[in-house]
Formats: sequence, C-alpha cells, structure tokens
Amino acid sequence: MIDPPFTLAVAESFLQPMGPVAAEQLRHLKFVTLLTMIAVVPVLVATPLILWRYRRSKPTGKYRPNWESNRVLESLMWGVPILVVTLMGVSLWNMTFRLDPYKELGKDPLQIHVIGLDWKWIFIYPDEGVALVDELVVPEGRAVELTLTTDTVMQSLRISAIVGQIYAMPAMTTKLNFLAARQGEATGMNTQFTGNGFWKQKFQVFSVSREEYEARMKKVQANDLALTADTYALLAVQGTAEEAKKSLNIEDRKGPIEMVLGDSKIFQRVLARYMVEDMTPESQPGSPSYDPTKSPLPAAQEKPMMDMKM
Amino acid sequence: MFEALFGRLTWDSIILVQEFEDPNLNTFITAGAAAMIPLGGALVVALLFWMKWWKPLFEWLTSVDHKKIGTMYIIFAVIMLFRGVVEGILMRVNQAVALNGGFLSSDHFNQLFTTHGTNMIFFVAMPFLIGLINIVVPLQIGARDVAFPKLNQISLGLTAVGGFLIMISLLVGEFSTGGWTGYPSFTGRLINPGVGPDYYILSIGISGIGSTLTGVNFAVTIYKMRTAGMSFMRMPLFTWTALCTSILLIFAMPPLTACCLMLGLDRYLDFHFFTNDMGGNLMNFINLFWMFGHPEVYILILPAFGVMSEIAATFSGKRLYGYVGLVAATMCIAVLSFMVWLHHFFTMGQSTTVNAAFGIATLLIAIPTGVKIYDWLATLWGGRVRFTTPMLYLCGFFVLFAIGGLSGVILANPTLDYQLHNSLFLVAHFHNVIIPGTLFGVLAGIYYWFPKIYGFRLLDGYSRITAFFWAFGFILTFLPLYQVGMMGMTRRTVAYEDPALVPWMVVSGIGSLFLGLAFTFVLLTLWRSVVNRKKLMVPLGDPWDGRTLEWWTPAPTPEWNFAVLPKVDGRDAFTEAKAKGTAYRPIEKYEDIEMPANTYYGLIIAALGSGLGFGLVWYMWWLAVICFLGCIVTVITYAFLPERKKTIPAAEVREIDEAWRRAARESRGVTRDDECNEANQGLARPDIITNP
Amino acid sequence: MSAPTGRSLHPGLNLGEEHGDDHLEAETSVFGFWVFMMSDLVTFGMFFAVFATTVPLACCPGPKELFDFGSIAWQTTFLLLSSVTSGMAVLTMKQEHGGRGACTKKLVFWLLLTVLLGCGFLYREVSDFLSMAAAGGPPTRSGYLSALWSLVGLHGLHVTAGIIWCLVIVAGVLVRGVDRRWKLALLRWAVFWHFLDVIWIFIFSFVFLGGLL
Repeated sequence: MIDPPFTLAVAESFLQPMGPVAAEQLRHLKFVTLLTMIAVVPVLVATPLILWRYRRSKPTGKYRPNWESNRVLESLMWGVPILVVTLMGVSLWNMTFRLDPYKELGKDPLQIHVIGLDWKWIFIYPDEGVALVDELVVPEGRAVELTLTTDTVMQSLRISAIVGQIYAMPAMTTKLNFLAARQGEATGMNTQFTGNGFWKQKFQVFSVSREEYEARMKKVQANDLALTADTYALLAVQGTAEEAKKSLNIEDRKGPIEMVLGDSKIFQRVLARYMVEDMTPESQPGSPSYDPTKSPLPAAQEKPMMDMKM
Repeated sequence: MFEALFGRLTWDSIILVQEFEDPNLNTFITAGAAAMIPLGGALVVALLFWMKWWKPLFEWLTSVDHKKIGTMYIIFAVIMLFRGVVEGILMRVNQAVALNGGFLSSDHFNQLFTTHGTNMIFFVAMPFLIGLINIVVPLQIGARDVAFPKLNQISLGLTAVGGFLIMISLLVGEFSTGGWTGYPSFTGRLINPGVGPDYYILSIGISGIGSTLTGVNFAVTIYKMRTAGMSFMRMPLFTWTALCTSILLIFAMPPLTACCLMLGLDRYLDFHFFTNDMGGNLMNFINLFWMFGHPEVYILILPAFGVMSEIAATFSGKRLYGYVGLVAATMCIAVLSFMVWLHHFFTMGQSTTVNAAFGIATLLIAIPTGVKIYDWLATLWGGRVRFTTPMLYLCGFFVLFAIGGLSGVILANPTLDYQLHNSLFLVAHFHNVIIPGTLFGVLAGIYYWFPKIYGFRLLDGYSRITAFFWAFGFILTFLPLYQVGMMGMTRRTVAYEDPALVPWMVVSGIGSLFLGLAFTFVLLTLWRSVVNRKKLMVPLGDPWDGRTLEWWTPAPTPEWNFAVLPKVDGRDAFTEAKAKGTAYRPIEKYEDIEMPANTYYGLIIAALGSGLGFGLVWYMWWLAVICFLGCIVTVITYAFLPERKKTIPAAEVREIDEAWRRAARESRGVTRDDECNEANQGLARPDIITNP
Repeated sequence: MSAPTGRSLHPGLNLGEEHGDDHLEAETSVFGFWVFMMSDLVTFGMFFAVFATTVPLACCPGPKELFDFGSIAWQTTFLLLSSVTSGMAVLTMKQEHGGRGACTKKLVFWLLLTVLLGCGFLYREVSDFLSMAAAGGPPTRSGYLSALWSLVGLHGLHVTAGIIWCLVIVAGVLVRGVDRRWKLALLRWAVFWHFLDVIWIFIFSFVFLGGLL
C-alpha cells in the first residue's frame, strides 16, 4: 500500500492513526482510491493521447465522421464502472458494518456522557463521579463508549486520529465507540459550525496507562468544584472553557476545568429539558439573551427521550 | 409610529452608518461592499441618461423573447458571480494568514461563507444554466418561443427578487451566518433572532418558486413544442439534459419551498417544526433540505454535461458517440439523484443498514457519469479535433472532473465520511465538480453560442487566456484543500491553530487571486469583443460548422427564430442538409408570424415580490401586506387584460430570410482553418479531410 | 405559440373537436398546469412526511381531544360534492360552449354552487381550528400540532385560492363571455379543484382517521 499522498507536514489526523478505527479508515481510503483508479486512470491517459492522435493540424488516425457506436467498446464502458462499483459496494457494505460507531469495541466499554455547549464539551464519567471540560482522558487499550447530546445547536464530535465523527443533537442521544490502541495525545473537535467561537471548540484527548488513569480520576474526585445545575448553567454561557473559568471563580487554576459530579443525573436532566418546557430566549443556552439564572433544569425523566438508533 | 412604519429597521441597521460608528477593517470591507450598491446604481442610472438607453432598457425588461430573457439571466449571474468571487478571495486570503486569527472578524467571515454559498448556487450557477437553456432549447427543437412566455418572464422576476434580497442585505442589516444549508436550530428564532436567517429563507424561498415555474415551462416546451420530425431520440443532447434538469426542478424545488416555509413558520409564528424543544425535530429540516439539495447538484451539472456533448461533437467534426448511451446515462443520473440525499449526513447516527444502502446508491451514480466521460472521449476518437476555447474547457473538464469523481467516490463511503464530513476535503470536492463541471460548461457554452445570439464571436485569444486562468486558479486553490481536509481541518473556520496547515492555505490563497484574474478576463473578453465586434461578425449564422438546428438561422437570430419551422428527419439535421446542399435553398412560401407582445407583468411581480420580501424581513407588515395583495391584484388584472400579440408580416420575414439565404449561397464560406479568423462570416465550407 | 397539430390529444386535457383551435391550445396549457400540480403534490408530500414523523406530546391535547369527527365528515361531504358540481361546470362548458351563443347561466350556476360548497368547507374548517386552539391545541404548543395545523392549513389555503380563482372565472365569463381564455382557465381550475379533493382524501384518512384509531 502507498503512503498518504502528501506528507510535507504532519497534523494529527487519521493519516497517523492512534486506534483501530482510524487505522481501518485509512486502509479503506487507500483501497477505495486504488480501486477507483481503474476507472479514472484510463481517462487521464486517454485524454492527451486521443487529442494528440486526432488533432486537426496533423492527425495520425483515420477520420470516421459517422462512427457512433461499437458494441465491444460500449460494453466495456458500462462494464468496467459496474465492476468497480460492485467490488466497492461489497467492501463499502462490510466496512460500514465493521466500523459502525454504535458497535462496542470490547466488553464493558468505559461509559462517558458528553454534553456539547457553545463552545466547549463536558465529559461526564458517571462511574467515577467526575466531569472534565474540554479534556478527555481514557485508559489505553480499553473500549470507550461516548453517549452524546448538546444543549444548544447541533454539533459534531470527531477525534480524527482515533475515530470519526458523530452528530450531537438536543433532546436526543447518539453514540460513538472507539479505542485508543497506544498511549499518546490527540486533538478532538467540533466539526459542525456553531457560531463565532466555533473554531476554538477543540479538546485534548489523552490516552494513558491504566495506573495513570486511576491516579487522574482520584485527583479529580478530590476536587472541591462540583457539577450541579447551577455550575452547569454557568458553563452553558457562550464562550470557551477558559472564559468559563472566570464565572466559576477558578481563574487561577491551570489546566482544564475538573469537577466532581454533584448531580449524577445532570445528563438526563439536560435531555429532559426540551420535552417538558417551552424554551425561552433566556433559558436556551446559545441564545444571545441566555441568562444562567433563568435557565433551570427539570427533573430527569425515566429514559432518554429519543435515541437516534432505530 | 416609527416602529409601525419601519418595523425593526433602525438607523443603525444601515451598514454605512456602522462604519462611522465603529471604524475598523471589517466594517470598512462591508461598508465598501455596501457602498457599491448605491454607487453602482447611481452609475447605471447616469449611464442610462447619458446614453439615452432608457427605451432599450425597458424594451429588454418587458420582453418575453426567450433569447433576451436568457441573456438577462446570464447578465444577472455575472453580476452575482462578481460578488461570489470577491467573497471567495476574501475567505481564502484570510485563511492564508489565519493561523490564530486572520484579518476578518468571525461574524464577517460567517456571513461571507453563507452568502458565498447561497449566492453561487442559487444566483450564479442556476441563472447561468437556466439562461443557457432559455437561449438554446427553443432553437434546438425548432420552436419560436417557449410554451409559456409570460411565465418565463415571471420566473426571471422571482429569481431577481432573491438576488435583490441577498444584495440589499449588504446595505441594510446582515445576512444569515448559518451556511448555505441554513441548518436549524442555529437559524432558529431563539438562537438567531436577527434578520439574517429571514433574508436567507426569503431569498431562496421566493427564487425557488421561480425555478419551479422554469422547470414546468421547459418540460412542457420540450414535450409539446418540438418541430415536425423532432422525435425524442432525435433531440440534441443539450435539450435532453435540459429536459432532465426541468424534471428535477419540478420535483426537487418543492422540498426547498416546504422547508423554507416551515422554518419561516418557526421563526415568524413560533411554530415547533425544527426547534430544540416541544417535539421539534431539526433532523426533518436536514432531510428536507437535502431532498432538494442533492437533485440540485444534478440540476447544476446535467446541462453542463449537455454543453460538453455538443462541443465534443462539433469541434471534432464528428457524430456524437453513443447517443443512446448518453441519453440513458442522463436519465439514470436524474432518477438516482433522488435516492441518495442521505449521504449528506451519514454521521447523524442512523442505522448502519440505512447508511450502507445510501452509500451504495451513491456509488451507482458513478456508473452513468463514468459512461458519459468515456462517451465524450470516444466522440473525439476518429475525429479532427480543433483546439478552440470550448475544446480547452472540455479537456480541462476531462482531467479535473475525473479527480472530482474520485473524491466523490471516496466520500460516498460512510466509513470515510465519518472522517471527512464537514472538512475542507468536502469543500474541495464540491468545488471540484462545480468549477470544472458546471462553470467550465457554462463558459464553454457561452463562447459557443454567443455568436448565434449576438452576431459576433468572442475574441479568441482573450477567451483562451480566460480558460487557462480558470483552470490554473482552480488547481491552485482547491487541490490543496483536499490535503488539509485529510489533515483534519474543518470547513467554516475563520482561523486555525495548527501551523502544519499554513503552507497549504497560502497556496490556496494565492490560487484564489488567479480565480479573480480569471473573472477579470471574462469581463475583459466581453469588453474587447464588443469593441471589435465589426471584425468578429458572423452574419450567416454558422461559425463552427454546427450540427443542430440552432445553427440554421442567421446571426443574430431574428426574434421569430425560424422564418419557416424546419422539418427534421435525423439527429444531426443541419449537417445532413449541408451535406446534401439543401441547407440554404430558397423557400417558396412565407406566412405571417404571430409573437407575444412585450409586457410589464414580470417587472411588476418582481417589484412587488421585492417589497414583500423586504417587508417580511424587517417586520414592516404594511409593506408586506400591500405587496402581497398587489401580487394577487396583478395576476387577476392580467387575467382580464386582452392578450397582446404582435404580427410580423410575411413580407418582412421574406425579405430578411431571403437576403440571408442568398448571401449564404453566394458566399464561399471558410474551412475550419479560418474558424477563428476575421474571414469567418458564419458559413462553413466543406473541409478537405486528409487521412494519413 | 400554437400547439403542433395532427397529434392525438390526451384525454382529460382537451375540449373536444367542436371547440376548434381552443381544443389544440388546451393541451399545452392544461398539461403545463397538470405538471405544476405534480410539483405541488411533492410540497404536500413533504408536509405529510414531517407530520408522519411527529408524535403528540403528553403535555398537550392529542387527536382524541382535538378532532371533531362530525365536523370533519361535513367538510368531506362539502368538498366531495363541490368536486361533482365543478365537474358539472366543466361538462356544461364542453358540451354547450363549442359553438356560439350558448347560455352561460347554467355554467355560472354550477360554478357558484361549487363556491358555496367550498365556503361551507372553509367555514367548518376554520371553526374547527378555533375550537382546537380553545382546547389548548394551538400550533405553537408542540411539533405535532405545528405539523397538523400547517398540513391542514396548507390545504385550506389552497381551497381559499381555488374559491377566489373560481370567482374570477365567473366574473370573466360574465364580462367577456366564454372565450378561449376562460375555457382554458376553467379547465386548469378544474384540475386544481379535483387535486384538492385527492389531497383531502389523504388528509382525511391519514391525519384524522389515522389519528383517531
């Protein structure tokens, strides 16, 4: 197989995969490119050759003004693309099922709930009872399952080096399964345009050893800042995570915002809010008139309102 | 009182005022753009007075002649293209220097990509193609006009309303920042209470109705107005693609109208179609939008394919290879285009089976598209290829479109779309099919048919340079975007933080300047050609040794197109007549020709539609109500007014037609060697073909 | 712009040989309008599709509380009857206005009867809307109600337009006589009016019956 077409400078993306999903995507990209070449290369080669052979100024081929069909040629013209598409269709079908973002990549994946806000992500670890803003820490080699929603407009979460993207939409959840095969750092981002701070909506993903992971979780669990409906409402104000630190009065703390999970049902409560009340410009995060004091979260409902997977 | 009169329009809404209140680079750019509207308007008015062009202007604006309406579509498209290109350059140059922030503010940049997309799709590409279809189709099928000439004028008027709204948003208020796709809830009332999304909904909604009517008009024209002997399988390929485009317009525009209506109800009347809350569902908008959006892609590309077919045959002096295959492929594409809309959102989380099925349906489109390209190549095989400007565009198209097809096939794989969706790879892909496909097709078509309608050729040298700049600029601007897209850069970012992206973005920014140069050369070509038109005249009407009916008339084509409607008994009717020597035979009998007279109908509807749109955007309810009622009254009034026709007496038709035929019989014509010389008077002398 | 002669005309899109040139003109004109109606059908299809994806929320009244089946039965009756009377109008024109000097009164009678039935339909529909709003089901309450109101309302707007159009035709034939223009207008309007009937059948079975079941 060939290398990626250009390697002048290296950004973090699936061209340098950190996990099995991205690696398979890269492999599939090369396969698709090569297979399509069967149909594309003849055009690239034939165009200059035909133009040269039949140029009016000095032609070397016979003039056949009424030649308009040829059965063999015709069947090649239809046959080759049909063959290529059939082959690719089979591979497309298999790969789509193999890399289904809903498919768990190991037993008992680490569950993480994700809430997209303008312009930051909250990662909730329900089992550990902690939450991180704009930082995702996962143990190396363990399957992870993200369950996503947003509390503003539609967003799309992608960690290119590890896994592709999935939309996060208000009032419903989507899932993204992945696994980081080696230790390292990757950038995740929102790819769906969400307004002025869109380009800053990035987060760091750390794939660390199991011990480091445990240690980090312990450290966060000792934190004095709790994610409750009140602090959540402040986080929901438009702005980056750094700007949110000001309203949370933790400007002096370095690194990402770390919180213990004050309200274990906060994710479910965010999901529920769109089903039981009419949103107003004051209560809707993302609206220019959003006011954190006038945006109460309702009680959690029994089950998530709508799961995209049908 | 003020509020009742002006709604939410205040003094501060006017962009030029903002420049005085808060002078900086961004307001300077917007104010400069805004100032162009009154200044440009004043210049045009002054020119009209100076040259005493009022009368001809109204002659044009009230005309129902399909050639004039087509021309107005194209002029409109060129004006909008100017804006689109400038916006594109601003964005590309900004991104070239946008490591951690460029010179454009986020808000300005967001409006730029929204207007650029909306403008280029709805007010450049579509009017260009509809303009060409207007000009060419009635001539190709041997008709004197379209089926519903007044309706044609109204379609143009409604398109102009959309253009007016998007232009006036430069001067008053702001346009949407939600991208040309305008997904809610970002464009919903709660998140975006301003006028931007309203401008967006109304401009594409109103012009969309015009496009639907165009589709109806041309489908009926092609079904019902073909001349004797012009059976379906004898129609020129461009007419076939126009028919498919019309069918797509008829069935694909309603979803757009519907989703604009629903978003409008959400925004104006607090409905809950696409809101976050109370059972609203933004996924419905996305589905509806792409049920329109995907066929739209083929509305844009099919007529360009048609132009390529005509050019391939004419400029290689040969029959079109695989006519039946090309027709079948066109129809396949048209039908399949309705079955793939979901590939625009593989990443929404729906079931894997759905994704895989739509992915494979998308791959299927690659088959007929591939066949078409092979057919055109086979058309050149065995021909005598002349490297004229249209042929240059065709060659560029072959090579570049193949790359666009490759990236399309890549994106059709849901697996890969999970990575590449929303990235600059996608942006590169659709520019790669729209510029070498649609734009090259349109420019080649304009060069090809220009002498037919206006009587003189475009200057050859300038046109070649233009073609070169478009291709070169395109390669430089968009091929790097494939790479940065794979490196993870998303679309619609005003700035980025990864230094590895810089070199690619700089190349792309420089490329965009070449695209600007290419646009300048379009205007330059036009201007120099008009100045030198005496030397470029082709009054006998057949400068390229054409094969189809449209070349069988003088140039410029008279208002009535054909003095006597031609009879057709084969595919390349004109070529056969020329071979038999019967093309310019005298005609015995001429009859009076009845043509529809000029009317103010379309102009009135356009004015009232603009008022309606503007009134709705700014909550000036009185204006909206008056204009809406005005539209109804206009329609009813015209239903009662007697239908005015003008009759061209047989004697006048005879005089003009006989003079043309006599001149053609007496002229020696030129061989294809002198095609681009002054000697070319529009009569083709049989070529001497030597075989090696 | 005359239609090419010598080809068979589609049934249903014509006036009959005795109408002379008007007969030939009808094909292009009515066919064109028919194509436009197919486009409109897609618009309705989109509203149907959106309606199909929404479900009544627990917070707001649902079909059982909102729909008055008696009133809907009346609306259906009015609209179906009006389709019959509009058909009678077209038949009158086809059979009696081929030559000269036919009596326009009969034509006008059928048209006005159609208008009356259409107004009866609208009256019941608007009062249903008002009582739905009073029962706590205005379109601003939920996605389901928005979809319901706009689908039924879009049909209602079409009916309103059809009534205005019919009145214009009545005025036209009274002022100018049953000439080519008004004959073609009447044919197109008839296509429109029958089309609304078909849409109503779908709304009736899909929205109302489906909602109550």
